[in-house]
Amino acid sequence: MKIHEFQAKGLLARYGVAVPKGAAAATASEAREIAGTLTPPIAVKSQIHAGGRGKGVLDVEYRGEPLHGVVLAAGADEAAEVASLMLGHTLVTKQTGPEGRKVGRVLLEQGTKIERELYLGVVIDRALGRPVMMGCAEGGMSIEEIAAERPEAIVREPMRPRAGLQAFQARKMAVRLGLTGTLLRPAAKLIGALAKAFVDLDCSLAEINPLVVTGDGGVMALDAKMNFDDNALFRHPDVKELRDLSEEDPIEARAKEADLSYVTMDGTIGCMVNGAGLAMATMDIISYASGGKGAPANFLDVGGAATADRVTEAMRIILEDPKVKTILVNIFGGIVLCDVIAEGIVTATREIGLTVPLVVRLEGTNVERGRAILADSGLNIITADSMLDAARKAVRAAGVEVEA
Amino acid sequence: MSILVDGNTRVVVQGITGGAGMLHTRHMIEYGTRVVAGVTPGKGGTEVLGVPVYDTVEDAVEKTGANCALIFVPAPFCRDAILEAAHSGVKLVVTITEGIPTLDVADVMPDLKVRGVRMIGPNCPGIITPEEAKVGIMPGYIHRPGKIGIISRSGTLTYEAVWQVCRNGGGQSTCLGLGGDPIVGTSFVDALALFEEDPDTEGVIMIGEIGGTAEETAAEFIRENMSKPVAAFIAGRTAPPGKRMGHAGAIIAGGKGTAAEKIAALRDAGVAVAESPADIGATMMRALG
Repeated sequence: MKIHEFQAKGLLARYGVAVPKGAAAATASEAREIAGTLTPPIAVKSQIHAGGRGKGVLDVEYRGEPLHGVVLAAGADEAAEVASLMLGHTLVTKQTGPEGRKVGRVLLEQGTKIERELYLGVVIDRALGRPVMMGCAEGGMSIEEIAAERPEAIVREPMRPRAGLQAFQARKMAVRLGLTGTLLRPAAKLIGALAKAFVDLDCSLAEINPLVVTGDGGVMALDAKMNFDDNALFRHPDVKELRDLSEEDPIEARAKEADLSYVTMDGTIGCMVNGAGLAMATMDIISYASGGKGAPANFLDVGGAATADRVTEAMRIILEDPKVKTILVNIFGGIVLCDVIAEGIVTATREIGLTVPLVVRLEGTNVERGRAILADSGLNIITADSMLDAARKAVRAAGVEVEA
Repeated sequence: MSILVDGNTRVVVQGITGGAGMLHTRHMIEYGTRVVAGVTPGKGGTEVLGVPVYDTVEDAVEKTGANCALIFVPAPFCRDAILEAAHSGVKLVVTITEGIPTLDVADVMPDLKVRGVRMIGPNCPGIITPEEAKVGIMPGYIHRPGKIGIISRSGTLTYEAVWQVCRNGGGQSTCLGLGGDPIVGTSFVDALALFEEDPDTEGVIMIGEIGGTAEETAAEFIRENMSKPVAAFIAGRTAPPGKRMGHAGAIIAGGKGTAAEKIAALRDAGVAVAESPADIGATMMRALG
């Protein structure tokens, strides 16, 4: 789960990370009120779940120029005006795709005098099997860029999964980042606080970029990003409340409610598969069988313990997608029983009506019963006896032209 | 011969009285697996499907000589269940449960390592040596004894590979699912090393997917250490970046973990990589010559 910058700063502040004075606004009047409490210059920052906001532009102009996602305003009036323009408009950044994201909130912050910019972040290192704190004396760039161009510039400290980063590690990190003298204590404290927040809140990513040394000799998080482990949200109800549904694809959110794993794609072949690996492989074989011309409309894993209800909901979601020209069902029954899947398919298609060709490949547990249910249903179902056969039939049914 | 489990494997099921625990215990017994004990705290002294239930894993191990723990405990309690297994005396822990917090898995790893206990999973279908022992949730009847080892990060895609191997006239020595989470107990490298040592395994199929660098690490290992042919498939060539594809570990993050990188690394190490998931079995057969 992702949260907004202002929410991440709020959480980190609780752990003792210094952040600029400011607050988020959802309306123009709130923005005006907040701006009045801050000493200019004032940073006005669009709040969306994507990076690249500073360089990104909104679909609105300010003083004859396209408005950027982050603006430094000279005074309170300008800040309020810019904030009211951002709200409700769409911001396109290199991470949002061309459709962009609608700005629902803006963060207004007191400007900070910056002496130095650094990078600080915690991620899970899969190979080590533990969280790792990463720092770089060059901030502002994305860590991926730094890692690709100058990997030696990144300093790392592996953490204990529960005990977190030890105090000596935080001091060591600060020193290696050149945060010495009077900066050492506050820097080590901030590094320790970020590590503690990561562990306490079950983050999958916690990043301060840039971390700045301020003109008055302090260290501060100028930007913050936190992602959380969905599997641990059950023990963090306060974090779960920070979820912003408007940032999520509505179909993906609906599927999640039904315990379905669904990702929207832009092709025309709707897929229903059991198991994440087989679901990915089904997307891949659509591309393979059509020489790259056909594409899936979605990724959908009905899960290991699929009930008839869950399968029915999955079929509804696919059938209601206007992009879908053909449906491909690929099931290898293990724990999932083929007859249960077949019942779900029949129920959903009777309810909504089958308006597009349906290709079904069933294999595994109770396959004979499943096939019989489909055959007896009277529905116009195209059956397939292997994955490749199913993909070829689905591609053809979707009207994709494939060279022989 | 086989790796990790065989006819001498004595399984204790943690969470045996739960829905999934009971269902799969029944299937395992029907398959011929020696399920010697179950554990559910508070239900010690009772019986489920003819299997004695104990309050603690330690008790079960002491009374029945169990040497492998199979975990069906709900995700929030798995950290504790895995630690209990690690400290009970068994040498193999198979964790089926999906949805365990990543930091909980990270937290149990040092205990397993220090005590020399191997974990398979979490979020995996388990491990099977055909006609000897099925320790997990895979459909037993699709497997046939043979010479091919199968290692996979995915459940159903493993079944697909098993089915293709059988259709091509082959069979399996042992098949294991490593699990779809970011941190897992057994890696491709661990499993490849075991298959390399197993005299009855002649070739290995590895099924990877997007996310992380486990396949690249495996490629290095294969280049340096494997004398047996390896065939592979990597799922997720068409997956978009930044999206979690079902498995917690299946995500292209920061441009890293793409299928293309993994396929290139494996090919470079001499692995026969199947272009299509329908070709996994045939690719293995060709690599075996």
